[in-house]
Amino acid sequence: MFENLTYLTLQHYWWAVVALLGAILVFMLFVQGGQTLIYNLGKTDIQRKIIVNALGRKWDLTFTTLVTFGGAAFASFPLFYATSFSGAYWVWMIILFAFIFQAVSYEFRTKPNNFLGAKTYETFLFINGLLGTILLGIVVSTFFTGSDFSINNMNSSTWESPYKGLELIFNFTKFATYVNISLGLAIFFLSRVLASMYFMNSVDDKQLLDRVKKQLLLNAIPFLVFFLFFLISILLIDGFAYNLITKVVTMQENKYLLNFIEMPIVAIVFLVGVIGVLTGIIRGYFYYEKCGSIAIWITGPGTILTVFALLLVSGFNNTCFYPSTYDLQSSLTIENASSSKYTLTAMSYVSLLVPVVIAYIWYAWSALNKKKITKEEMENDSHAY
Amino acid sequence: MENFDLALVDWSRAQFALTAMYHWIFVPLTLGISFIIAIMMTIYVKTGDEQWKKITKFWLTLFGINFAIGVATGIILEFEFGTNWSNYSWFVGDIFGAPLAIEGILAFFLESTFIAILFFGWGRVSQKFHLVSAWLVAIGSNLSALWILVANGWMQNPVGMTFNPDTARNEMTNFWDVLLSPTAINKFLHTITSAYVLAAIFVIGISAWFLLKNCRIIFAKRSMLVAAVFGLLSALFMLMTGDESARQVFKDQPMKFAAMEAHYEGKTNAPLVAFGILQKAPTVKNPKMNEFVFKIEIPNLLSYMAALDSKAFVPGINDLINGNEDHNIVSYYEKIKTGKLAIKALSKYKYAKEQGDKVAAANQLQIFRDNYHYFGYGYYNNPYKLVPNVPVIFYAFHIMVGLGMLFLLVFILVLFYLFKKDIAKARWLNYIALWSIPLAYIASQSGWIVAEMGRQPWVVQDLMPTLSAVSNLDHKAVITTFIIFAITFTTLLIAEIKIMLTQIVKESKIKED
Ligand code: HDD
Ligand code: HEM
Ligand code: HEM
Repeated sequence: MFENLTYLTLQHYWWAVVALLGAILVFMLFVQGGQTLIYNLGKTDIQRKIIVNALGRKWDLTFTTLVTFGGAAFASFPLFYATSFSGAYWVWMIILFAFIFQAVSYEFRTKPNNFLGAKTYETFLFINGLLGTILLGIVVSTFFTGSDFSINNMNSSTWESPYKGLELIFNFTKFATYVNISLGLAIFFLSRVLASMYFMNSVDDKQLLDRVKKQLLLNAIPFLVFFLFFLISILLIDGFAYNLITKVVTMQENKYLLNFIEMPIVAIVFLVGVIGVLTGIIRGYFYYEKCGSIAIWITGPGTILTVFALLLVSGFNNTCFYPSTYDLQSSLTIENASSSKYTLTAMSYVSLLVPVVIAYIWYAWSALNKKKITKEEMENDSHAY
Repeated sequence: MENFDLALVDWSRAQFALTAMYHWIFVPLTLGISFIIAIMMTIYVKTGDEQWKKITKFWLTLFGINFAIGVATGIILEFEFGTNWSNYSWFVGDIFGAPLAIEGILAFFLESTFIAILFFGWGRVSQKFHLVSAWLVAIGSNLSALWILVANGWMQNPVGMTFNPDTARNEMTNFWDVLLSPTAINKFLHTITSAYVLAAIFVIGISAWFLLKNCRIIFAKRSMLVAAVFGLLSALFMLMTGDESARQVFKDQPMKFAAMEAHYEGKTNAPLVAFGILQKAPTVKNPKMNEFVFKIEIPNLLSYMAALDSKAFVPGINDLINGNEDHNIVSYYEKIKTGKLAIKALSKYKYAKEQGDKVAAANQLQIFRDNYHYFGYGYYNNPYKLVPNVPVIFYAFHIMVGLGMLFLLVFILVLFYLFKKDIAKARWLNYIALWSIPLAYIASQSGWIVAEMGRQPWVVQDLMPTLSAVSNLDHKAVITTFIIFAITFTTLLIAEIKIMLTQIVKESKIKED
């Protein structure tokens, strides 16, 4: 069946798949957000233990989503993979190191004779939560603001800045930097909002939950400020458009705003997503007794829809999803960066299994979450972290 | 050639080797012990014997510690293709990326979802679901090995694709050729069976330590029994598939094969060097052959191993470089010429296309196509640069094979003593079993050294040399990340070993009931 689709349709399909994975990843970053809240929320050892264990059952899923996002990007848009990872070398390396440390921390933290001490592993978790979210946000932001690279006729890429990606964060002479940072921080605070909701959903400890509720509001406010700044900025800036026939890239005024207008379905998805995010926050905070424990199921899907729509806007409707501000014509589009038609077709068949994967993850998740985590359980569990 | 930054190439290689070898410290144990645990848990569920539950839980704890660090070292490898081998990522991404993506979708999610059930499911989910989860974890982790090894097998023996000069990359034309390539299949089978052997040795060795300490006797014997049966079967398959791998290498990578045996002059009725010591390594300036100071040979066996025919001709390194008309072997000098033709035709084609000269473009494209099979050779002038490091590969290969035989013996002896004698009293055997643990890791790493260093200087055999695969980075950046990796991974390894040993000692202190 996929054979009958045009190359261009397959390219759109795969950009949508990558966008969806990216969106799910942002939702799953609640694990990272939670890791930055361990000390804000947990005032006693047992409370910290509850928090770490609540997150510890989910960290691997977030991690795997990141890995799969990378794999899918490699397979469907290899030129993006090659250009961005080697170019923004330091940003990606820092992200990777943050995740390396995370992976061992849960398992090693409370084991006797663990060489570095529980505090160090908790610090690793904090660093992962802080850098992982902010830097991923910054990279996503460059889908709109662009980076400085060029690509030659053998499709080999060169990054122009010697800072290898760090300039995206520290070059304060450019407006784009502020946009990048604002998305980074928006994702950071969002992940903490989501983490608070996750705790409301899966933990049963009155004292702890009182603090969680406060954190929800404390993080929702900066999230909204940074996200609005980012959103307004990209709606107003010039975007990177290309001509479908000549493939020539030009700057176009209010490109991203136009994309929303020209793709009303995406705009609706976006609006529904944003409303979901806000509703979850409002209901979770003001109607805490009734809605606290389901808030994550409103804000979570809202997050997925919002990010999904944003990523579609960055790549659909003749837009360059990975623009080059150094050499406009080097900008990557879903057409020039993608795999061959054959590969996209073959992979599309594999993608049919994604619903199956989501179904068993869902099943396993609810099997484990039937009971909420309590103090008593933490004191008796043989595999508690 | 002049515009390649060799320090960059070397440091990128060193970094990849470092991270891959660290990853491979943890992966084989995961691949094997997940099955051993599933078997133990099945016995527990069938018999309801609490002792088996304790056994399962103990090995599960060690598995969890190992798994975490396996995941930590794995993520870096995947992204390293992009960060450090970006030209490679583009040149082959159309084929190579797909298995990696499929691995994520099909294997990693399976593994990570059900591992949560396996660890936290006691009392939370039904016993049946818990057991199914244990098997799914084992299957998931082995599936991830399948996909990554398909990718690796393709680099050793590229099939199922054509080069597209307009995009300057290889594009997949047949997914099944890639998946079912004999190189990939052999690689998968040999690698997983060798991983089972390693895991079996691990379980037996630790149980032997309990016996030496005279504690947890029943616990240890039962663990040993499961591991030895599993190990013996795996070792037999490992031998078979290893032998088959060697034949595959002979067919597709004759230079690697010659290096494995330090085989310089081609022969019919070639003998196998069972044990040998080589003289000082030759240098590029003085590429004279490595003489053996000492060797024990088995007549005809190399010819038989390579082609299942004791009279077969096995080309040596010199035949491959200089060619051999009697046996239809094209010299590296010829291949370099062919490669240069292809490279030149490609740039002329690009130029003609830009100029809109269709006829010239078509002509150049034809020349390019006719010569593409040796494309990568065109980057070289000196054929001696196309010879991998012979002594390293020779020794690594012989260490692997020798240890493989040793492990087979260990499994047989352990089973014999379990059934016919009292293994708790055979202290010498328990010592051997204990010391086999580090040896298993050495054998396993050696295998990868043979496979990966033996294919040098190719990333993709005959098509892409390592030096044109790297990212355009400053080599200082790569040195920095190399050092950070070395420190990070070593620190984590130390932590892992300390935690594991503590858990083992803790277990040994428990009174048996
Ligand atoms: C416990 C580890 C272990 C043991 C005892 C053996 N192997 Fe092995 N071998 C591996 C672990 C391994 C490995 C790590 O899994 C490798 C590395 C790459 C690969 O495909 O598998 C490998 C590679 C490898 C290769 C190279 C394949 C290539 O370059 O693509 C050959 C020819 C053999 N093996 C042959 C053997 C033979 C004849 C053995 C006789 C007993 C043997 N191995 C024992
Ligand atoms: C986990 C087991 C593995 C180990 C221990 C291992 C080991 C090594 C070693 C020692 C090198 C350095 C060779 C040299 O520079 O002389 C290397 C290089 C490399 N390997 Fe592996 N390898 C493993 C698996 C893989 C797999 C599965 C792939 C691909 C899917 C792969 C791809 C590469 C690449 C791209 C390089 C760098 C280029 C090169 O130097 O050839 N390796 N590996
Ligand atoms: C050089 C190529 C390789 C890459 C890019 C790679 C990538 C990865 C990644 C990203 C993970 C973490 C997955 C997660 O989130 O759960 C991982 C873990 C794993 N990999 Fe690799 N890997 C490589 C080599 C290998 C080889 C050669 C094998 C097996 C033969 C293997 C088998 C596994 C297994 C079983 C795991 C599960 C984690 C563990 O217990 O170690 N990998 N790998």
